[in-house]
Amino acid sequence: MIEARGLTKRYGAKLAVDDVTFTVQPGVVTGFLGPNGAGKSTTMRMIIGLDAPTAGTVTVGGKPYRDHPAPLHEVGALLEARAVHTGRSAYNHLLALAQTSGIPRSRVDDVIEAVGLQDVARKRAGSFSLGMGQRLGIATALLGDPEVYVLDEPVNGLDPEGIRWIRDLLKSLAARGRTVFVSSHLMSEMALTAEHLIVIGRGRLIADTSVEEFIAGASRNLVRVRTTDPSRLRAVVEGPDVAVSTADDGALMVSGLTTDQVGIAAAGAGLTLLELSPLQASLEEAFMDLTGDSVEYHAGQEGVR
Amino acid sequence: MTVMTQRVTQARVVQSEWTKLRSLRSSVLSLLAAVVFIIGFSALVPAVIAAHWPPHDPADRLGFDPTSVSLAGVFLAQLAIGVLGVLLVTGEYATGMIRATFAAVPRRLPVLWAKAAVFAAAALAVTVPAVIVAFLIGQSILSSQHIQTSLGQPGVLRAVIGTSLYLTVVGVLGLALGALLRNTAGAIATLFGSLFVLPVIVHFLPSTWSDHINKYLPSEAGQAMTRVHHEANTLSPWVGLLVFVLYAVVALAAAAVLMRRRDT
Repeated sequence: MIEARGLTKRYGAKLAVDDVTFTVQPGVVTGFLGPNGAGKSTTMRMIIGLDAPTAGTVTVGGKPYRDHPAPLHEVGALLEARAVHTGRSAYNHLLALAQTSGIPRSRVDDVIEAVGLQDVARKRAGSFSLGMGQRLGIATALLGDPEVYVLDEPVNGLDPEGIRWIRDLLKSLAARGRTVFVSSHLMSEMALTAEHLIVIGRGRLIADTSVEEFIAGASRNLVRVRTTDPSRLRAVVEGPDVAVSTADDGALMVSGLTTDQVGIAAAGAGLTLLELSPLQASLEEAFMDLTGDSVEYHAGQEGVR
Repeated sequence: MTVMTQRVTQARVVQSEWTKLRSLRSSVLSLLAAVVFIIGFSALVPAVIAAHWPPHDPADRLGFDPTSVSLAGVFLAQLAIGVLGVLLVTGEYATGMIRATFAAVPRRLPVLWAKAAVFAAAALAVTVPAVIVAFLIGQSILSSQHIQTSLGQPGVLRAVIGTSLYLTVVGVLGLALGALLRNTAGAIATLFGSLFVLPVIVHFLPSTWSDHINKYLPSEAGQAMTRVHHEANTLSPWVGLLVFVLYAVVALAAAAVLMRRRDT
């Protein structure tokens, strides 16, 4: 379990993380979502004690990370930028880290095999592709068989097979009761992997909710309806909180009502419906709605034109 | 898949740092370069001197010291050792490895102590045999002119081993500066600036000043231990070494204070 209370980090004039409070529970994959520059990496660095909070606290398993006598057994971390000396082989990198906690060589061999690096384990880590580097980072996180995993953008640079492998790995770790906290700016990936979401933008907590609720709460949920008489249906359903637009194929897109409400209204007016379906916003759209104002770096509209 | 994970201890961090040192080709090559410099010049310089013996200038003959002549390569070797000390720390900052290191040892200071201890042990293990071999080679060449000395002569063994100690402390000072500045170029410049440039600047001062300041400068203090004969305006060998070690200790202490505090 990870508990952040009023966690704040200031770099000079810039407030990178602003009074964030959340709890990451064991047994589920928790996605940590936010645009680039939202404060995800800073928050993760504070969890494992690399950066000191300006204010507030963050604990892992009830204690600050620094106070754990066997830290690799407590948290396995994959950090955003590669944290590997380029001149050292993957095997020796893992061995040196394992030795700090008395983890045996056999475990080093095990994690190398678990991430599929056995053929290149004796090669310099500097010669690794981004994907191999990520696998080495995952191997580092697995070394101490920890209770908590803190993974910053683990799917970065992985091929589709590697992405699927990470997804399965994270789910299996959560199924074994581990706490899995994984950051991403890719909403689609989180939709497939995470059950719970913590969303931040510009350093502030925006949402702390299940993936389902997050999508359901999005304002873009639409009802798609086709009828023999679109103009009458439009008149029937329109109201102060309801917006209706027409799709290319002549169907009406209704926002602000459920499918049930649209169906009942149509029946009351004696209209014939040809199609009635809910269009759920993707997690991506839900995310854009929520973080629209909090994206750090907007692409200027002028530049798009 | 359960793993026996025990607590982090200083001894385990030392073991880890030893693995790091031996598994980088650049560190092994730096140590090798130091050995090549020390031993290579031990043949070269005495051979040139022996071939031109006796010197035309009687002052050259008076100031002749067979021990320092056989260890001339130390002046080059200190570059290799000093750079290695710096890189042991700054290499981790430059590559991002330091984040993995501090995640494994979040209390951090055991890492600094382990790096210093492992480096000092490795530097001594490599340079003590190297300076002894260099001394013996040099003396055997000088013996053609019967101007050699031996380890049994007063102060000679101390100066030979002292040369190895000097090199080791240069490296530890580099390591501490690396931890302090976290930047390779800055640490190397500071290390060799304080060793080689400071004496030049002090030399420009009036001699009433420079005679008093010069002997306390890092390189002058450290090299007192490497001289067989005690020269004027220098510290005695052991006091000199102590002053030099103090520089390294102060730099390490400052690095320790900052290492605990700084974000990584």
